[in-house]
Amino acid sequence: MPTIVVEVMPKAELLDPQGKAVAGALARLGKTGFTGVRIGKRFEITVDGPVTDAVLAEVRELADDMFSNSVIEDVVSVHVSGATVETTGVAGETH
Amino acid sequence: MQIGVITFPGSLDDRDAQRAVRLAGAEPVALWHGEHDLRGVDAIVLPGGFSYCDYLRCGAIAAHSPIMSEVIDAANAGMPVLGICNGFQMLAEAHLLPGGLVRNDHGNFICRDQLLRVENTTTAWTTAFEPSAEIVIPLKNGEGGFIASAEELARLEGEGQVAFRYLGVNPNGSMNDIAGVSNARGNVVGLMPHPEHATEPGFGPDTAAAMRSGVDGLLFFTSVMRALVESA
Repeated sequence: MPTIVVEVMPKAELLDPQGKAVAGALARLGKTGFTGVRIGKRFEITVDGPVTDAVLAEVRELADDMFSNSVIEDVVSVHVSGATVETTGVAGETH
Repeated sequence: MQIGVITFPGSLDDRDAQRAVRLAGAEPVALWHGEHDLRGVDAIVLPGGFSYCDYLRCGAIAAHSPIMSEVIDAANAGMPVLGICNGFQMLAEAHLLPGGLVRNDHGNFICRDQLLRVENTTTAWTTAFEPSAEIVIPLKNGEGGFIASAEELARLEGEGQVAFRYLGVNPNGSMNDIAGVSNARGNVVGLMPHPEHATEPGFGPDTAAAMRSGVDGLLFFTSVMRALVESA
């Protein structure tokens, strides 16, 4: 069954305490080549049937209304697993 | 006068909120998240806790509960609604209150008796306070950092929607030291600290007068009773 992937990140301007804690651990491990860590979420939604434009639109709506909270997070990607990545305007996004 | 307290899966302070309602002189009514029924109550409390283990985001799944469609309709019609801690997070997720709550900036859970200033004494839940009253009620959360965009923050400050502000210590990195906010109409109020835990002598925060004698939280509930009488 096809899978739609939704990726959500805390807003860039917000402090990400989880990422900060992990970055602190990296520094303690002597991994000095990294300057920061930010932690987001990846949702994998299994679809019953083919992924039509309507299904993708429905998932995009869910991504905005439920999977993320636009006050604190950005939806950075909604794409069908294995397909070409469709990003939502985040510069430098690669997969 | 009946005040409903909604229990969600993972609510912790629903019975404490019911007790606070009773101590204030109103009748508490237990409501269940899975029903589409407010049982004719005059006001609603969304209690603290960890609904759905804080999965997805704090309050996010509970904000989509069956009963929330009735809560949203009632709130929009003017019914007083108070969200405490996790209940505040639910009201923000349901877009009944502005802003959002994020993990405390220091990354730790915090539990303390917190000094607050009541910034708006015209909301349904604050009329019993003196203007700029300073109160102490318990605070206990891991994700209580209030945030909003710069424009939204300026609007909230300008229009008096900041209901409570932390004094002395900002315990979680909240913008502008904001502890609680209201909607524009003033009938919906949310805050991270717990007024229901400061309603009975012997069980509240310490005061200069005596250990555990703080009952500043009681005035939230007497406020709403007054608001309901005046609107009747």
